[in-house]
This record gives sequence, structure tokens and C-alpha cells, in this order.
Amino acid sequence: MKKLGTLTVGAIIAAAPAMADLVIPDLSYRTGPYAAGGIPFSDGYQDYFTLLNERDGGIGGEPIRLIECETGYNTEKGVECYESTKGEGALVYQPLSTGITYQLIPKAQADGIPLHTMGYGRTSARNGEVFNNVFNYPANYWDAASVAVNYLLDQNEGSLDGKTIALVYHNSAYGKEPIRTLQALGEKHGFSLTEIAVDHPGQEQKSQWLQIRRERPDYVLMWGWGVMNQVAIQEAANVRYPMEQFIGNWWAGAEHDVTPAGAAADGYLSLNMNTINPDAPIFEEIRTTVIEPGLGAGAGDNVGKVLYTRGMYAAMLAAEAIAKAQEIHGTSDITPEQMRDGMAALEMTEARMEELGAPNIGPVFAVSCQNHGGSGEALVQRWNASAGAFEPLTDFITPDTSVIDPLVEEDSLAYAAENNITPGCAE
Amino acid sequence: MIYREAGDFKTSYTADNQTFPIRFDRTGYWVILIAAAFLVPFVITDYWASALLVPFLIYAIAALGLNILTGYCGQVSLGTGGFMAVGAYSAYKLMTAFPWMDMFTITILSGFITAAVGAAFGLPSLRIKGFYLAVATLAAQFFLVWMFNKVSWFYNYSASGQISAPERSVFGIVVTGPNTQAWAQYTFCLIFVVALAWVARNLTRGTVGRKWMAIRDMDIAAEIIGVNPLRAKLSAFAISSFFIGVSGSLFFTVYLGAVEVGEAFGIQKSFLVLFMVIIGGLGSIFGSFAGAAFLVLLPVVLKLVGVDLFGWPTDIVAHLNLVIVGGLIVFFLIVEPHGLAQLWRLTKEKLRLWPFPH
Repeated sequence: MKKLGTLTVGAIIAAAPAMADLVIPDLSYRTGPYAAGGIPFSDGYQDYFTLLNERDGGIGGEPIRLIECETGYNTEKGVECYESTKGEGALVYQPLSTGITYQLIPKAQADGIPLHTMGYGRTSARNGEVFNNVFNYPANYWDAASVAVNYLLDQNEGSLDGKTIALVYHNSAYGKEPIRTLQALGEKHGFSLTEIAVDHPGQEQKSQWLQIRRERPDYVLMWGWGVMNQVAIQEAANVRYPMEQFIGNWWAGAEHDVTPAGAAADGYLSLNMNTINPDAPIFEEIRTTVIEPGLGAGAGDNVGKVLYTRGMYAAMLAAEAIAKAQEIHGTSDITPEQMRDGMAALEMTEARMEELGAPNIGPVFAVSCQNHGGSGEALVQRWNASAGAFEPLTDFITPDTSVIDPLVEEDSLAYAAENNITPGCAE
Repeated sequence: MIYREAGDFKTSYTADNQTFPIRFDRTGYWVILIAAAFLVPFVITDYWASALLVPFLIYAIAALGLNILTGYCGQVSLGTGGFMAVGAYSAYKLMTAFPWMDMFTITILSGFITAAVGAAFGLPSLRIKGFYLAVATLAAQFFLVWMFNKVSWFYNYSASGQISAPERSVFGIVVTGPNTQAWAQYTFCLIFVVALAWVARNLTRGTVGRKWMAIRDMDIAAEIIGVNPLRAKLSAFAISSFFIGVSGSLFFTVYLGAVEVGEAFGIQKSFLVLFMVIIGGLGSIFGSFAGAAFLVLLPVVLKLVGVDLFGWPTDIVAHLNLVIVGGLIVFFLIVEPHGLAQLWRLTKEKLRLWPFPH
């Protein structure tokens, strides 16, 4: 076995010539309990880069080389994927897993490779002076918690006094992230928070929903992912919890989460950090240039769906950052350090999104060395079961930065103290 | 021809009882050990350390531990993941509470803490056995994972419940944290593996090990000939948990650097280590290494061959891995219940007669 391993490793090292191209690893998961979310995201991510290769010959004339690596949402495989791709000149990692993100934050810092954790991962990475190499624009979990509360405030004439909110969360780093913010917001607005944990992978939630049925909280927020979402929405329907009082975060609001519950899921609310528009010009281009010639990463049936759009949006932000880095440093073949500078100077305007063929796909934001978190805005969308689509209910809502900023400050400085980091912009 | 015992004369009892009675094995053992200690550290890369060798060494310790309990003492345990979590969280608490402590002390102390916890959860083994004991250890698995998730003291009240290993060193060499050199990671684990394998080998062929095996083969008969089941079973639980605690501690501090209890130490981990022991060979030190090597290397080799060489889709290869591991477990249970170790033993028997088997 060992010998075979040595031989293959040797053969691969010998076979892979050092090419001048932009290497983008895709740490995807197409297997396991989280595959339902992992597949469309990865398809969107890869298809956008394929489109750039096919249409423009890459970015700034430099072709993009995608390396897909299956993690199965498993941190050990994530490490293997990271180690096997970092030597290839990887420009940016997007692991789509909070667990793998926590693993990679110190490693990426040591290796000087940027990490983009779009709407997941460590929230306090927003403080770019501590986390030089980690970016979580356009929004993070604490923004999401605040946006959800702001939406509820809006629904209740500005007061949540005496209301009860239950948080159904994936019992992991991912699900625990919003608790601190929700507690702080609860103190500020006078609502009480009940925390209800669901263990990995979340296929069994009878007791959790029995508790909700008994206590009848005014609102239920959900931080779920993978198979947990479908089960929760089905259970909510079973205990007849009103869907218009049930709000998922942006990882709990895709088509495959609500369709198993059928008509009962009608009216389910969720947050979203990007808009959905399957008819946007960019999707037309992907269909004709990537899917039809058979170059798509997946079967092509996900184009325009919620998570496909988000994966594509992640790729779009990465591509924009690469272009920015090329512009700053005047070279087309950029290094990971230069990529970091490009990400720190990224600016998304309405005109640029329009130009890219995805009008209003995300909020307008600008990244700086201090703020790696973007604007933090998100919108609320509502599932229309008969139309089979999520419909936006609100415009982008701004989070309450007066609550989030001190929390980010506190958490990031604690990390800096633990790891002997002197806060400051990267050189 | 080369592999034979003829001409290798033993003139003392010590020589007669040595671990490797055949000269060829002895030389082989020393060559491997010297290569592992003095050659590999100079050529090792980040990828080889993080993807292959460090996990192999750490899982080998866990497999040794479980083999002591299940293979030698006959007590089935499904609590390996939970006990590894005890090792990891003890290491984390020790590292953060006593920043001046060196990693050797931390790792060994977490082993001792796990040994105490393991012995406590081993108490039911005095009354129940077989499937019922398996269920009791399963309870330990779920209880421990639940506890590390629920009680925030264990993860120092961090918002996410993740624990991350700060940078710590041994004799001035950094062995944990992101700035660790590959060779330091590897050598640190290797020292533990060699020492613990030596301990395991010598325990299992002495009085303690013979008592365990007597209990495994027939507990009533063992009791009649004077083996104290309480001491034998509890010592097996404690020593096995010590090994597993050390491996859990290394798993967290040296290998991953940040873990989340449900994801890293869930029931899958218990099964993975159990499969290593079954495929490698119950009641065999060599089997623990063979099983760990097999299950750590198989997915990586499959990925290298399938994805990088043939360009197959990544999900197909991941599924193929599950199919192959499942198939192999069925195959070994039916065809060779004693695992890779028995295959190795048979090969050696044949080699001794080769090329004139009659």
C-alpha cells in the first residue's frame, strides 16, 4: 500500500508541470449529509470560472486552473485537501464549512494564502487588523442574527418587548455562532431567547419540535445546514408551527430544503445575502457557453437556484478580487499575497454588477484593510410553494452595528491575545 | 531461503523469548525504525506529514489502545471516539491553564486523565459482557460528546465551541500551532508511537497480558485459576484508555490544531478505529499498525489514483472509498477474521519453507 502511494505521488509530481496560471482550489462536498447544499454551490463556483476561461480566456489573459477536492464536510479530509493543493499556488480557499475554516485560519495565515469565508466561518474575522488573511464579506452570522431581529422589529412596530424567540441550531461551531449576538440583542430589545440544539447530522428532531409545540415561541430562527433543514421544515409543518414566524438563515433557505415538505412549507421565510434571478444575463451565458457544450461541473440542473447563485457569486467576488490584484500589482500572474491585497481593495458597485450580467446580485460594499466583512446586509425571502420559488420580501436590511462591532472587537482581540498577534494592516 | 530460523542459535532464555526470534525480522525491525527516525524527518514534506504519516501514527496509537481492550481482553468497546475527546479536551485545558507546560507532560497527563475516565466507564464490564457491554460503552461515547458540547468550561466559553491548540514547544522546538515544521510534528508523534508500542508489546506478553487473554478466552475459567476479573478488566480499560487518550490529545494538538467534538470525535471515529482493529487483526500489535495504515492510506491512495491520475469525478471516488471499505470488512470477517496480521503470519510460515515446501 505504502509503495503504491509513493509511486503514485511520484508519478503525479512528475506529471504536473509548473504552469503560469491562476490556481483556484474548490474544496467541495458532493457526498455525505451536507451534499444537498454542497453540490449546487460547487457547481456555481466552478461554472463561473469555466465561463471566464471559455469566454475571456481567463482573467486578465491568464487562464484559471480549477482543482476540485472532496471534503465531505469533514475536517480531516479538509486538511488533506488544503495540504495537497497549497503547493500548486492556490490563490484563495473557500471551504464552505465553518469547521474546516477554523482549522485553516491559522494555517492560511502562516502560509500567506487568503481565505474567503462568505457568510460563514469565524465572524470576528471581520476585523482585518487581526485576521489579515481571512475575509468574510459580504456578511457574517452576527449580521444575519441582527438582520433577522431587525426584520422582526419592523414586523412588530419597532418593539419585541416580552416576545419569545427560539433558536434551532446545528450543534456545532456553525450553529453556536449567533447565540452571543442574539443574547445581546435580546437584552437590548427585551425578547427572551430559547436555545434548542440539534446534533449532527440532524435527521432526528422530534423532541426539539415537541418543545416548540409546547412552548409556542413567537418566532423560530434556524441555523441549519444539509439534511437538518428539510427535517426541521417538515417537523414544523407537522406540529403546525406557522411558517411566516419561522425564519431560517441564509444556509437554511434553498429549494431542496423546502420542497420535501410540499405545500406545507408555503410561506417559510429565510435570509439571503444575494438576490435570486434565474433569468439574469449571466445565467444565460453560463447555459450557452458552459452547460450546453458539456463543460458544466454538475448536471446543469441547478443553474439559477439559490445555492448555485451563491456559489457563482462567491466565484464572481473572487474573480473581481483577482482582477483588482492584477490592476494593483501590474502583473497578470499574481501570487497569494497579491491576491490578498486585491481582496482587501475589492469594491462592488451597482454598475459593476450590472456590467457582469448579474444586476443587484448582492449588496453594494467595499472592503478595506480594517473591515473584511463588507456591508453585512441581507434580505428576507419567502417561499412560494405553488410557484416553486423564493420571492424577496424586503430590500437589503442593514444590521445593527452598534451591537455587533463591540462583539467583533472583543472576540478578535481575544484571539489576537491568545495567538500573540499585534493588530495591524498587512504589509 | 533467506527467511528461516535454521542457523540462528539461542543460548539463553532471554534470547529465546525475544519479540523477533528470526534474524531477518530483527534486522528488518531495526532498519525500519532507523529509517523512520533518522531518514524520514529529513525528507518529509507538509503534505506527507499532514495527509499520511501523522494521521497514521496517531491512529496506530488509538488502534493499539483498542486492541488491548478488545483484542487482548475481549471487551468490545464503541467508546473510542469519546475517550479520544477526553484526551483532546484534557490537553486543551492543560495547555490553556498552564502555558509553561511542555507538550510531553501535557500529552502524558491527558493520557492519565483519560485512563481514569476509561476505568470509570469500564466498571459496568464487571457485570455485563458482549453486546450489553458494547451498548454501555456506546453510552459513554454519546455522553462524553454531549458533555463536551454542553459544558462551556471545557472549551473556555468560546462563542463557537471550537477548541484551538495554541503554540507550544518541546525543548524549544514548536510542535503545535500553524508554524510547526513537518518533521517536528512527525518526530513528536513517532516518539510516542515507538514508546507506546514497546509498552504494549511487553505488557501483552507478560503477566498482565496473559491475565487479559485468560479473561478473553473464558472468564469463569480464568477466575478459577486465580485471575482477579476486577483488576484484569479495569486495568485493560485504564491502559487502553491511556493509549486512546494520548492519541486523542495528539490528534487535536499536533494533527488538526482545531476540533469540534461532534464532528471530530463522533461515533464514526469509534467505528473507524474498530474497523482498523478488525481489518488489522484482533490481538496483534502488528495488526494495529497494519489496520491504521490501511484505513488512513486507502482514501488518499484512491484519491490520488482516481482523481489525479484518471480524472474521475471526486464524488464517485469518495463513494468508491465507502464501498471498498465496507466490502473489505465483510471480506475479512468471512475469509480472514484474524485480519491482515494473520495474512502476514501465514506469509511468513510459507516463506520459511520456500522454495521447498515439501
